[in-house]
Amino acid sequence: MTLLIRKLGALALFILGEMGRMLDFLLYGIYCIVRFPGRPVHILKQIHFIGARSSFVILLTASFTGMVLGLQGYYTLSKFGSEGLLGSAVALSLIRELGPVLSALMVTGRAGSAITAEIGIMRITEQIDALDTMALNPFKYLISPKLLAALVALPLLCAIFDVVGIYGGYVVGVKLLGVNPGAYFHEMEKSVEWKDVYSGIMKSLSFGVIIAWVCCYKGYYCGHGAEGVSRATTSAVVMSSVVILIWDYFLTSVLL
Amino acid sequence: MKNVNLETIVGVFVLIGILCLGYLSVKLGKMELLGGDYYEVYAEFDNVSGLKKGASVEIAGVEIGRVDRIMLNSGKEKAKVYLRVNSSLKLQDDVIASVRTRGIIGDKFIRLKPGGSDVFINPGGKIRESESSIDLEELVSKYIHGNVE
Repeated sequence: MTLLIRKLGALALFILGEMGRMLDFLLYGIYCIVRFPGRPVHILKQIHFIGARSSFVILLTASFTGMVLGLQGYYTLSKFGSEGLLGSAVALSLIRELGPVLSALMVTGRAGSAITAEIGIMRITEQIDALDTMALNPFKYLISPKLLAALVALPLLCAIFDVVGIYGGYVVGVKLLGVNPGAYFHEMEKSVEWKDVYSGIMKSLSFGVIIAWVCCYKGYYCGHGAEGVSRATTSAVVMSSVVILIWDYFLTSVLL
Repeated sequence: MKNVNLETIVGVFVLIGILCLGYLSVKLGKMELLGGDYYEVYAEFDNVSGLKKGASVEIAGVEIGRVDRIMLNSGKEKAKVYLRVNSSLKLQDDVIASVRTRGIIGDKFIRLKPGGSDVFINPGGKIRESESSIDLEELVSKYIHGNVE
């Protein structure tokens, strides 16, 4: 019995310590962005990696998400005879919810795992220790460019996702199923408010922080050997996806 | 050379992203970059139930502006609705503003019926004539309870 309670206490302490270290990591990363802005080339490379090279997969997922929304929305709305509202249904669900979340999940899978693996391998091959020994701040070279790049890239990816998705819905709804194209765009423009766009952008900004933060952290403090890196990568992807979805709920309830 | 390539790719990506953001916020989000081509007038109604900020203002079915904000007037008995009207359009001072519904369950909007006066309303001025929204529930209950006037 006492053993059980002791285990529980140890677990709680471990979780608290981990959370504290993560927060510390984030705050120090942000401090480094402000304090040592770093060379623009580093940031550019990271934007290229996180943003530009994710655009193809974003394009693909966005068009199919928009198309399936068009299909499902048409099916549901045609029961009420209000197919004209398809545009607003597609646009609102994309802009408010699916755009930010799905683009963040795709970036986690594509770039987040790579970030963790990269930093993890640098950790186990003692390159980070080497930087430390040479009195070079590893945060300045590794962490803050990634944080900054994710902050820039995620809202842009989300915007691309939204627009491509809307046109995907247009193709299915208007070209395939015969919704009135004027109604599609008019209803969309009428129902989408600046507030919706704003909350979508806010969401994707915060998701950018979450992805870079969790993935860098997991790589930076990864275990020993190849197994440690593989475990860190897995847990980085799982954890950032889960945190994104949980944070999305709370952010939606606040921003609504 | 490689650096130039990298910069180009990132530049194209950022450009496309910003274009998409701009499309979303200006076209769909109706963010007004230039606030200059609108002016404001207000009207007082007995009841604007269901009317929302951003609802359209129409003359003969053509959208000419939007509802900017809705509040109680200084006497706290009527609704004061501010309208932003396209500045290419002058409103006569006997124009009638009414709250209408699109269809039976559609959105509420403001319909303006042009008058015949030669005097125009200045920006910030008041539309004197107004008709409140028709309360469907009230009508139905009057009909049911049998005292239709």
